[in-house]
Amino acid sequence: MKRETMINAALLLAMIAVPLWAYYAGKPFTITLATKVAILALAGVGLNIALGIGGLVSFGHAAFFGLGGYTMGILASHAQSYSPLFNWPFLFEGSQNMLMIWGVTILVSALAGLIIGLLALRTSGVYFIMLSLAFGQMLYYFAISWPAYGGEDGLSIYVRNGFPGLNTLDPIQFFAICFALLLLALFFTHRLMNSPFGLALNAARQSPLRAATVGVGVFRLRLVALIISAIITGLAGALYADLNRFISPTMLSWQTSGEIMVFVILGGVGRLMGPLAGAALFIILEQVLGPISEYWHIYLGAMLLLVVLFARGGIIGSLAKRDAAHE
Amino acid sequence: MSLLRLTGLSASYGKSQALFDVNMQLEQGEVLALMGRNGMGKSTTIRCLFGLLPTGGGQLEFDGHNLARLAPHKIARLGLGLVPEGRRCFSTLTVQENLRVAARSGPWDMASVSALFPRLAERKQQYAASLSGGEQQMLAIGRALMTNPRLLVLDEATEGLAPLVRQEIWKAISKVKAEGHMSIILVDKSLKELSKIADRAVILQRGKSVWNGAMGDLPADIASRYLGV
Repeated sequence: MKRETMINAALLLAMIAVPLWAYYAGKPFTITLATKVAILALAGVGLNIALGIGGLVSFGHAAFFGLGGYTMGILASHAQSYSPLFNWPFLFEGSQNMLMIWGVTILVSALAGLIIGLLALRTSGVYFIMLSLAFGQMLYYFAISWPAYGGEDGLSIYVRNGFPGLNTLDPIQFFAICFALLLLALFFTHRLMNSPFGLALNAARQSPLRAATVGVGVFRLRLVALIISAIITGLAGALYADLNRFISPTMLSWQTSGEIMVFVILGGVGRLMGPLAGAALFIILEQVLGPISEYWHIYLGAMLLLVVLFARGGIIGSLAKRDAAHE
Repeated sequence: MSLLRLTGLSASYGKSQALFDVNMQLEQGEVLALMGRNGMGKSTTIRCLFGLLPTGGGQLEFDGHNLARLAPHKIARLGLGLVPEGRRCFSTLTVQENLRVAARSGPWDMASVSALFPRLAERKQQYAASLSGGEQQMLAIGRALMTNPRLLVLDEATEGLAPLVRQEIWKAISKVKAEGHMSIILVDKSLKELSKIADRAVILQRGKSVWNGAMGDLPADIASRYLGV
């Protein structure tokens, strides 16, 4: 077995073992932390498809994360107040069913990915970074200035949304839902990486022209990748809103985009489990260093510097040594 | 009707014009040698052919399609396969992935490419970056073959390789030719090797095609004047 495969398996096992231990030890807060890791990792898995495989440095993934959150918030708040979202051309009512919310989130994120991609993918390099950032900020300020759903103050949802057959207020059951979605996204990413689509995306990252001369339509390819990436990050946003039962424009801010990018870079750009390793480390640091100093981010920054300078494969890359010539 | 026809092709890099009047045509199954000294426009002609450089004027026709306004990937999908100068494999993909990334169905598949280059089959799990120069060249040819092109273009396929490896590459190109069907354009400087395999030749001189004919008819004085041999 390759070393990276073993590390990946160990990570997943830890993600199962820790919450189970916490469940039997009666530590619900630890389960909540594990849930947060799973959700943030899911957001990173989404970004990793665009950034890691496709080389599209999107600095605006908070747009999708926040859109997922607001989709959940808007649907749930309408369900709480028994007022439909709109009556025409058909009656559309709010919902507190996760499956329904996820469905709408997928549609909304895909549409946002399509529109942002159509415009931003005409550029590359630093212009792409700036354009993706600009779209994120547009949505951020829109959310702040739109009073209907809380504006700057955000919006609370009093009861967590339901999932058929499960009690989502039970931490371990909500964790199971989030972890299952993460596993699904990881499995999908694994398949994608080895599919002709993923290979072409990887090839186009290295040289779009060379990829074009073997018949790869680079623009369409990247657009589809960005849409897939947006959907996964959007779903993470919906789950994150459900975890906190609260949405606010912070979810759309560029700091959030940066954090998602930090998970991916810390864990290992383009590595399957990179986002999970990165998100886990982030939460662990937050818990360990957070109580020591409110400026704990300075240690995170130092760590990021070390990774970028000396360990370009991130945590997974350094542990796996040289399996992949990915950097 | 010819498979490929270039009529009065011109092209420029910014303000400096590189091609003035390039004419050539190629039939199905034919092997054409595109020759000339350094800087005479061979690679520029190839770049125009694959849509990597916009044409200034003249016609570029492949199987009835006008290539002049098409995007590179659409040109490739019409059936043009390029083995670029300087090899240029996808270094972060394995040998097998390099071959799969561009595959389109046809007689050239993993099995037939492996038969042509057994060394690639031995190294199929290795990253392209870890291959030797000759192996990378084989991979670049294999990658182009996997797209099952009707016209294969090899730009300086043996440049900078050891003599033994060069022989291996030439042998493989002969085998591809012997399969029939596929037309081939060879850009190279080695007249000796080209004369063994090419049916026809075009010589470029300062962005113009100055000689055009059957390889066997190439007079010695023309060869020495334009190619320096």
